Amino acid sequence: MQDVMTICNYCGCGCGVYLRVNQNRVVGSYPSKNHPITQGNLCSKGWHLHEFIHSHNRLTEPLLRKNGQLQEVSWDEALDFTASSLQQTKQDHGADAIGVLASAKCSNEENYLLQKLTRAGLGTNNIDHCARL
Amino acid sequence: MTNSIGELQDADVFLVTGSNTTETHPQIARNILQGVDQGAQLIVIDPRKTDLAKQAHIHLALRPGTDIALINAMMRIIIDENLADELFISMRTENYEALRDFLFRLDLDEIAAITGIELKTIRDAACIYARSSKSVICYCLGVTQHCCGTDNVQTVANLAMLTGNVEKEHGGVDPLRGQNNVQGACDMAALPAVLPGYQAITNLDTCTRFREVWKREIPQNPGLSLTEMTHAGADGNIRAMFIMGENPVLSDPHLKQVEKTLTNLDFLAVSDIFLTETASLAHVVFPAASFAEKNGTITNSERRVQLCQQAINPIGNCRPDGEIIMELGRRLGCPGMDFQSQAEVMEEISLLTPIYGGMHYDRLQENWGLQWPCWNRDHPGTKFLHKYYFSRGKGQFTVTRHQEPAERTEKHYPFTLLTGRGSYHHYHTATMTRNSTRLVREYPEALLEISKEDCTKLHLADGDLVELNSRRGKVRVKTQITDRVQPGTVFTSFHFWEVPINQLTVDAMDPRSKCPEFKVCAVDLKKVCHD
Repeated sequence: MQDVMTICNYCGCGCGVYLRVNQNRVVGSYPSKNHPITQGNLCSKGWHLHEFIHSHNRLTEPLLRKNGQLQEVSWDEALDFTASSLQQTKQDHGADAIGVLASAKCSNEENYLLQKLTRAGLGTNNIDHCARL
Repeated sequence: MTNSIGELQDADVFLVTGSNTTETHPQIARNILQGVDQGAQLIVIDPRKTDLAKQAHIHLALRPGTDIALINAMMRIIIDENLADELFISMRTENYEALRDFLFRLDLDEIAAITGIELKTIRDAACIYARSSKSVICYCLGVTQHCCGTDNVQTVANLAMLTGNVEKEHGGVDPLRGQNNVQGACDMAALPAVLPGYQAITNLDTCTRFREVWKREIPQNPGLSLTEMTHAGADGNIRAMFIMGENPVLSDPHLKQVEKTLTNLDFLAVSDIFLTETASLAHVVFPAASFAEKNGTITNSERRVQLCQQAINPIGNCRPDGEIIMELGRRLGCPGMDFQSQAEVMEEISLLTPIYGGMHYDRLQENWGLQWPCWNRDHPGTKFLHKYYFSRGKGQFTVTRHQEPAERTEKHYPFTLLTGRGSYHHYHTATMTRNSTRLVREYPEALLEISKEDCTKLHLADGDLVELNSRRGKVRVKTQITDRVQPGTVFTSFHFWEVPINQLTVDAMDPRSKCPEFKVCAVDLKKVCHD
């Protein structure tokens, strides 16, 4: 067993939570007593933070639509197809025909990288996320 | 938030408006209630009798969409009672005379009628708020999700400045941010018109700096907002989309239009941890690693940048979103997509984002992160904002006027529907919470909050299945008789795909913030008869 400090993935309070890990499985969550916001408290979602991680419904393989159906493919195939499709759109309709939605669930670094890719790589400012929803 | 969460419990007065704090921000509610236990006064402005409203000394249960009228009346009363902070107003603000002259022309009895709240109650609330020098305003999407959302926020700011409750440790204006990293996504400029750290895309010096580091030109024309992208329909200008960890097919207003837009794209790629309603429409779906399977930082509501540490290896063949973006970036020939670690990404962020200037991983590991603005390596971070000056210099009073919501009730649609997060146990489109067995057990299905009076009138019992109609769509949902909603008003959440309530909501939005009016739409309801 090993306890790893992280921050809760639900609301904007930013609770300090320990994830209890056993053989690469997260088996529990509990609050930090000294964290300035948590102070030993969590809400019901926080106490069950670990539950969805190992859900059977998790996506585990890249999917590509072939003949109308989403089918498992390799990472390279999914990434190559995405890059060439975005490139094609840019060529045919211009960079502003591409829209990107980032995520309030992803990290600062990931949001930074995605807006960098959108602006510097694709050449458009069409990037937003669900801040208003 | 201008304040820190921990400061709240030492405030003397809380004015909470448009926030179901106990259910949506439990830790902040805990601090507020701790303050109340120590003798602080609590005023709640909300059409619903939320759990927090039940604890309030004064609950202003206004008619939905009349926030501006209510707060303008409070300000007029504060001036009449000589409770305005004249010194603060003269030293730190401008344009006060225009606001004062406008307020003097208000008819307070008319406002009582518009808001549905007695003048005496408004007066009591105004005096309690203004008499304390440690008053805090907490607001959430009940304020912003209106066509007049920007004006609502401005009105709240007027009230705080009028009483000088802004520059202090235990006084301020605190917008509560909904998602774990909605603050950070904004800070990092996942927004169409700014660069990281809210730097204007039109500023040439800023653009030069970014161009030097990114080694690419920065596009100058502002981009489209989320609702502009997702509501363009079949003829929109957007032909391809990449969506990371969002589910607009359930979360956006007027859903049929969103689905139409997305299904008509030439190409849609989605990266998510579950096959969401949005992902199932995609041409390519990337299996993303969850928060427990990667490193990174997120920024909470009080601007605290904190480290999330990887607990386990990615499950199956999942990869972190950061890796997916860099893989795509390399394929698209975008330079600077070869970071070895998240710490290295943060290094570039610090370089280009002044408010994150001192956010380095080695520092974040100590002392529970750092609060921005944190200008450099030696800066301790900032507990509360606007201590000596506002970002723009002087605080500006702006005259705001009451305006009716985009859609009003009428004979065929006599009820007002409010939507929001509706349970302690669920979160947004519930992709995570509905994959948590115990949370599902606590709150298994969508419920429509409705008053006893309305149920009697419509011969409805608790738990009856009703069909809810608006001009845009219909859903079926079970009733829950409660005193949380006023007669004439019903409420439900957007957590459950079986009850896609945003098929009903209006796509009218605030013209400046592009925030949709989720809080008011006209509906009708009737019992579903089983045969």
